[in-house]
Amino acid sequence: MPGSSIPSTVIDGLKDKFPAIEVSENLTITVPEAELLSFMRELRDNPDYDFNFLTNLTAVDYPDNFTVIYNLVSFKYGYTLMAKVNLGKDEPAVSSLTSLWGSADWQEREVYDLFGIIFTGRHNLTRILLEDGFAGYPLRKDFQWVGGRE
Amino acid sequence: MLRTEEITLNMGPQHPSTHGVFHVVLKMDHEVITEARPICGYLHRGIEKLAEARTYTQFIPYTDRLDYLAAMLNNTGYVQAVEKLMEIEVPERAEYIRVICCELSRIASHLIAVGTYSVDIGGITGFMYCLRDRERIMDLFEMVCGSRLTLSYMRIGGVAEDLPDEFIPALCQFLDEMPSRLDEYDGLITGNEIFQARTKHVGLLDPGVAINYGISGPNLRASGVFWDLRKNRPYSVYDRFDFEVPLGKRGDCFDRFTCRIKEMRQSLKIIRQAVEQLPEGPVMAKVPKVLKPPAGDVYHEIEGAKGILGYYVVSDGSNKPYRIHVRRPSFINLGFLNELCKGWKIADVVAILGSLDIVLGEVDC
Amino acid sequence: MDVTREQHPIEKMTNDSSLIQQVKRVIHLAPLEKIFNLARGYSLWPLGFGLACCAIEGLMATNAPRFDLSRFGYEVLRSSPRQADVMLVAGTITNKMAPYVVRLYEQMPEPKWVIAMGSCAISGGPFVDSYYVVPGADKLIPVDVYVPGCSPRPDAVLHAFMMLRDKVQGKVVLENAR
Ligand code: SF4
Repeated sequence: MPGSSIPSTVIDGLKDKFPAIEVSENLTITVPEAELLSFMRELRDNPDYDFNFLTNLTAVDYPDNFTVIYNLVSFKYGYTLMAKVNLGKDEPAVSSLTSLWGSADWQEREVYDLFGIIFTGRHNLTRILLEDGFAGYPLRKDFQWVGGRE
Repeated sequence: MLRTEEITLNMGPQHPSTHGVFHVVLKMDHEVITEARPICGYLHRGIEKLAEARTYTQFIPYTDRLDYLAAMLNNTGYVQAVEKLMEIEVPERAEYIRVICCELSRIASHLIAVGTYSVDIGGITGFMYCLRDRERIMDLFEMVCGSRLTLSYMRIGGVAEDLPDEFIPALCQFLDEMPSRLDEYDGLITGNEIFQARTKHVGLLDPGVAINYGISGPNLRASGVFWDLRKNRPYSVYDRFDFEVPLGKRGDCFDRFTCRIKEMRQSLKIIRQAVEQLPEGPVMAKVPKVLKPPAGDVYHEIEGAKGILGYYVVSDGSNKPYRIHVRRPSFINLGFLNELCKGWKIADVVAILGSLDIVLGEVDC
Repeated sequence: MDVTREQHPIEKMTNDSSLIQQVKRVIHLAPLEKIFNLARGYSLWPLGFGLACCAIEGLMATNAPRFDLSRFGYEVLRSSPRQADVMLVAGTITNKMAPYVVRLYEQMPEPKWVIAMGSCAISGGPFVDSYYVVPGADKLIPVDVYVPGCSPRPDAVLHAFMMLRDKVQGKVVLENAR
């Protein structure tokens, strides 16, 4: 299985189906939040790409928005793909992908735990690493904590 | 009419079979598990947050402390991600040294997995034999970097130091002796009847489900899925070596265990080839003293000992990372524990959990 | 009868000096507590409780064939705190784990001792400025022996057990350490 990044013909096909997506130079795709679920479903179910493995799901707190990052792999073709969703700073929420990939379950809980991003359309969205009563979301840039060297 | 009642049992956070501080709440009907709810986070140290206050080089020691059983692999994944971001060309010799160290680390990690699994099933002897051989690897690591467990040997752009003169002879001796040691484990543990009875046909993992749940590494390959990044998407110089990827058939605990033993043999094969091909030359690329990667992000994956180990690094152009996220294989493999345990007896939970080979430093990050 | 080091009870029972000499040679007198401590020092039972990276060195490698803790009689790793008398705090204590560490310590029967292994257990180590780490085991429980290092070598853990033995048996540990 040679080559890892996704060929540009495939990207063009995707662009025709989802005109709202933006593709950057290094073939990272930015998806509007509203279309995420249908876009991901297309990626998973279309036999031309067959992205059956959600390898990584995480988030970044940028100065003006949150970004959720998805890394997908297709075992059949060996393609890899990075997709991003930008979310507003107030009450960030994004649709959950647990209905598509089981591996989204714990990773979404981790992102919720550390960033406070809500994943809609799933159950059991609770803290996973920190205890339930923990105040704040530590990986946000404005998180303040006591502790440190004496 | 007999009425049965569900009972709840806490396994952990302090329990000898959870390999650290890990907590499973078991709901049981009689002796059969109806729900196994894992609770992790008892070792959550906030490494990803600490990374934001460290420079790129200062973060290398923290990668050791994620999967402390295979520190070299963690180092490599991280430095390769930063190298990808900065487009640094690593000298050939350094690449080969990295391969040798990574495969040694993989063997060390699998030895612990095999040894502790033998303890979980009830045989302390297997553990003693495995740790005896692991000490040899620790000696080799001590030669190259002076530390046994937390190595921090990789640097962005190469490795910290060239191999000492006595390293290669000692390594060759290890390579000569290790195959017979592996045969010994096969006789002692794998061939043991009680061991087989406890692990065969227990905790079956269907390949389709495993892929859907993002399970990777030996756990995935034991279900018969050919997915090893060293073969499927070769990084570093792995495309120059001739080795096989051991696969299982049934995807039960026994297959997951034997996959690890077979993988150790393949790792030995890789190391032998790497030693033969080891070129001369520098071990460190020319990198600036203060590392300031260009603004942007990168995601890089390598095949770790427990599965696919990925690093997501975001740079804002300064000398400190804006964000580092680690895709920890143990964490994601553990996400499937509930489904895997359902319907099995309580004694099988230990067998299943042990066969997944988790390390809590990595699960909780 | 009052028993002191100088006065052996046999001296009150007979005047036969050769008998006194023989009895004194074979029968030594000491407070019961001291005898207990002598025994305790040689058979400490650690709690099999690993927190993080240090557990691999402190519990696994130390017990494994090369370093072989059982040479000194300390290999009986107990999984239940109620059977253990030494707690080897091997690793980072997080806020979530802290209550359980205290509870495990309290579940151990008296007399009990604590070895803090590694810089995490001493002071928080590399994670000292984290939002979720307790900076040192001594913030929670009394510690007898500190083993510096990240992670300390198994030899250092063996030495810690030796020091603890000396402390239990009442020799002056600090003098030796200097
Ligand atoms: S002292 Fe170092 S090796 Fe020990 S638990 Fe802490 S980080 Fe890990």
